[in-house]
Amino acid sequence: MMLIIINNVLTFVGLSGVLSTIIVIADYFLANYGDCKIDINGKREITVKGGSSLLTSLAEKDIFVSSACGGRGTCGLCKVKGIDGCGPLLPTEKPYMSPKELEEGIRLSCQVKVKRDLKIEIPESIFSIRKYKSVVTAIEDYTYDIKRIEFKLIEPNEITFKAGQYVQLESKRYGKVRQPVMRAYSVSSNPSHTDYIELIIRKVPEGIMTTFTHDHLKEKDEISFTGPFGDFYIRDTGTDMFFVAGGSGMAPFKGMLEELNEKKSKRRIVFFFGARTTKDLFLLEGMKRFEEEMHDFKFIPILSHPEPNDGWDGLTGYIPPYFEEHLRDPKNTEGYLCGNPGLLNASEKRMRELGIEDVYYDSFG
Amino acid sequence: MEINSFVIFIAAIFTSNILLTNFLGMCSYLSISKDMEASAGLGMAVFFVLTFTSGLNYLAYHYILVPLNLVYLQYIIFIIVIAAFVQLLELVIERFSPVLYYSLGIFLPLITVNCAIFGISLFMIIRNYTFIQSIAFGAGSGLGWLLAILALAGIRGKVREKMLPKGMNNAAISLIITGIMALAFIGFSGVVIIQ
Repeated sequence: MMLIIINNVLTFVGLSGVLSTIIVIADYFLANYGDCKIDINGKREITVKGGSSLLTSLAEKDIFVSSACGGRGTCGLCKVKGIDGCGPLLPTEKPYMSPKELEEGIRLSCQVKVKRDLKIEIPESIFSIRKYKSVVTAIEDYTYDIKRIEFKLIEPNEITFKAGQYVQLESKRYGKVRQPVMRAYSVSSNPSHTDYIELIIRKVPEGIMTTFTHDHLKEKDEISFTGPFGDFYIRDTGTDMFFVAGGSGMAPFKGMLEELNEKKSKRRIVFFFGARTTKDLFLLEGMKRFEEEMHDFKFIPILSHPEPNDGWDGLTGYIPPYFEEHLRDPKNTEGYLCGNPGLLNASEKRMRELGIEDVYYDSFG
Repeated sequence: MEINSFVIFIAAIFTSNILLTNFLGMCSYLSISKDMEASAGLGMAVFFVLTFTSGLNYLAYHYILVPLNLVYLQYIIFIIVIAAFVQLLELVIERFSPVLYYSLGIFLPLITVNCAIFGISLFMIIRNYTFIQSIAFGAGSGLGWLLAILALAGIRGKVREKMLPKGMNNAAISLIITGIMALAFIGFSGVVIIQ
């Protein structure tokens, strides 16, 4: 009996051993691409060990191309421009590319493997993306489920970002949650304050991150985040602007307004803000102050489900039907959106119908 | 078994198509068949892997497992052999033929766990095939799988533009189409039967 068991185990282990050895040897000789040089924007050159994906190779050198899925090729965010050496476009990349991007040679960096010297182009802003260590200095309730949290930077102690960009906050272990998670939140503070950032976070029922921020995070806690990411920032064009936000989607606009106010911007801005009831409204005094101080700013709160005893005499219902009456020249208006996908889609659709061509938003999908 | 290897080869393509008669290898078949180009790549990969692994597993079974009286280990050994072979093939293709790698190699990891590959190895043992018969069976089944997925991709390409009820999209309509294709393939069964 014993002999049979030993015989079994030996055969099994022996066979697997032989096969793994063959693979290891093959891997050593075949997948060894040596050191590869990556030329970025023609300005800097990094040397990495060949064989892994461009995304991870860049991350090893502290260049963080934004990626929400972690390199599985499902989010389509990690786009870079391949100039030379990236090989043909893969079927796994094609669905994420617009015809214009196909023509320009845009690639998903998680799908491109570094096998020889590469030449790529990435936006300069990516170089400012870093991992920051910070300490929580203030937690304040805006509403029953929305909090304002302030993070003072420790290492590095300064951040440069554009109002409207987002960071990825990293949670710590708590309760039954063993794995830290990363979630994206728009920065709501004024970019001219470089020593801290502020986030506005709404509690999602059962949400891993928001349960952490709302129930476990305390002042003086240390926490890390990566950033800044995103193309959601004010285009310097001088046109009219429509801001549309729902709930905690207020965050990027708070930062933008503070910056515009500080710079004494002369642009005309209409801010449509959606909430369910009066209990969900916040920062009303801040908005009132902007209306008084800024050149031409109007804040329009719209409640979708006002309660009878709210005493609400403002606008009600959905947001998009109210665009038209505030629109002066669609060709000279930009739309900026932040909120849930339903609000984003409906607002973008209505704006396009009205002839507004430039509509900007970040989808965290 | 005294069936001509060529007969087995033809039968594996048409009358005993692994996909349409045994319904093996369905998962990648359903998910990849949206796109003709990808289907062809995956089908070719299945063909290669099936041809080689049926031979390798035949050798592993008759020259290692049978002499050592360890036939009941066949399931686990077959899986290991398939996994190792696919890994190795991927490395080789990636190194020596980038063009082939881009059209075929990226699908290889997908089919390591494909039940059709494993099924073929088990069938050839149960049916007592010789070495040559096993390879013919593997190659034929691979071509049959390729044929089936190309047919489905072609049909789905036509169906896509038509209006379908909401719940019928993707997997549901693919399964219905596959069922009808399987019925059509029954027509071949008058030619030769091997199972």
